[in-house]
Amino acid sequence: MTRGPSWFNVTSIVLGFSFLYLPIVLLVIYSFNESRLVTVWGGFSTKWYVELLQNDQLLDAAWVTLRVAFVSASVATVLGTMAALVLVRSGRFMGRSMFSGMIFAPLVMPEVILGLSLLLLFVAMDQARGFWTVIIAHTTFAMCYVAVVVQSRLVGFDKSVEEAAEDLGCPPVKTFFLITLPIILPGVIAGWMLAFTLSLDDLVIASFTTGPGATTLPMKIYSQVRLGVTPEINAVCTILVVLVSIGVIAASIATKRQQVQRERDERAAFGAEG
Amino acid sequence: MSKAASRSKRGLGGWGLIAVPYFWLLIFFLAPFLIVFKISLSQVAVAIPPYFPTFDLAEGWQAFREGLSELSLENYVWLTEDALYWKSYVSSVYIAAVSTLITLLIGYPIAYGMARSPEAWRPTLLMLVILPFWTSFLIRVYAWIGILKNEGLLNQFLMMLGLIDEPLVILNTNVAVYIGIVYSYLPFLVLPLYASLEKLDGSLLEAAADLGCPPWKAFWKITVPLSLPGVIAGCFLVFIPAVGEFVIPDLLGGSETLMIGKTLWVEFFNNRDWPVSSAVAVILLLILVIPIVLFQNQQQKMAEKNQ
Repeated sequence: MTRGPSWFNVTSIVLGFSFLYLPIVLLVIYSFNESRLVTVWGGFSTKWYVELLQNDQLLDAAWVTLRVAFVSASVATVLGTMAALVLVRSGRFMGRSMFSGMIFAPLVMPEVILGLSLLLLFVAMDQARGFWTVIIAHTTFAMCYVAVVVQSRLVGFDKSVEEAAEDLGCPPVKTFFLITLPIILPGVIAGWMLAFTLSLDDLVIASFTTGPGATTLPMKIYSQVRLGVTPEINAVCTILVVLVSIGVIAASIATKRQQVQRERDERAAFGAEG
Repeated sequence: MSKAASRSKRGLGGWGLIAVPYFWLLIFFLAPFLIVFKISLSQVAVAIPPYFPTFDLAEGWQAFREGLSELSLENYVWLTEDALYWKSYVSSVYIAAVSTLITLLIGYPIAYGMARSPEAWRPTLLMLVILPFWTSFLIRVYAWIGILKNEGLLNQFLMMLGLIDEPLVILNTNVAVYIGIVYSYLPFLVLPLYASLEKLDGSLLEAAADLGCPPWKAFWKITVPLSLPGVIAGCFLVFIPAVGEFVIPDLLGGSETLMIGKTLWVEFFNNRDWPVSSAVAVILLLILVIPIVLFQNQQQKMAEKNQ
């Protein structure tokens, strides 16, 4: 029994997605506004983008943010993948429920608490705050997201391939890199991207844990937004939105291709067998 | 292969796998909370760091014990005396609860529509829900300022239609905070809800229809109970972070908007009172412990079910 989608379902989808996308679309449109008054249309112009290129402070902040995001996402991906393997594979060990608690809690914990607590830790450790403290802070909460993403990939994993490799005498570390990692790779890449964008996006935790000389882009945007809406900020936001969208869409297409390819390979392999 | 055999297989590498992320989280997630708790018992001081006592193990046991006796519950007493704090807590929980309910009312039809859509559309629709989740939170909140302002796009649009003569004052009120929270957290609710609605076995609804059950009744008796895990997970994912939200009340709310995340921020960055802001954080954590534990139990149950 397959009916076409009912009018109710179509309406709720259309309204829902307009609600999700209209604000972002308007933001993008008004970044091309000639007028400085953000809400009055004064003709098409790209002058705010040109002005961005001359804004050294903003460019500096963007560079800091990209470096922080890259390093913290990479460390978080390694730690998060390890944590996911522990959650799915390690069975019972002492402190397991505390471990999974520490993985899930940061996902919902208010950012002000995470930020404040990490700052106080760095003060207690007498650690000068700046670039590296922001990286540690971002790594800590991003690794939990990575763990959840990779975990969902590991759950639907055919263990027999791994066991076959080990039965044939492949050492565990080699098995991981030759067998396990390629299979969970889409999850690991998605985890890295999520960690990267979370770091790119974070205002609250960075504000608490940063120090002189390490102002991130969201902090810069926030301090300007408090003074009012400006077309330059619209332009910065548009660039970020476009970059992130391209990344996400490209990644999802690549994952899908890879999946199709693997299914074809598997079918070919089983076909040759039988 | 018994359990014992698989356990003995965990060599040095196996323990290392557990130890590295475990210790990272112990040091950078759990230990900081203990420090927050300790500082919430300290007193504010004009010094660096701006509180005392500070414990320095080099000063020996005697100094440590003296420091310990300096700790007091003074900051917590202060929190109960100043109405600002408990009003902030109450209003945060209230705003978060109302927003969660509105998000559910908007999110359920979207998730339902997605789950009932033709199978070929679903990956695209799913992608479209996830995409805003990847774009900056700050940007999405900022986008609403231009819309909700007095001379903003919404008022321009409504006046053009002739529906209103005077601009509606929405920005810097609690209404704007509700809009901001619902908008920002909508994907968090739609995703788990969609996951549980999509798994729903359509033959159950067909059976109900064959037996003469009207669609709305089948919806209440079958669809809603079976989607409950998704509803609960989604509501937690909205409610818990919304209670401590800072960016939305700060940018969209007004002076009368009291939310504890904002109060903590002001206490810390503007008043530089670290001990009181630590006490604010400890109480906030205590309020959130129950929903966080419930959320974790539910996540664990769902994970076990999937395995």
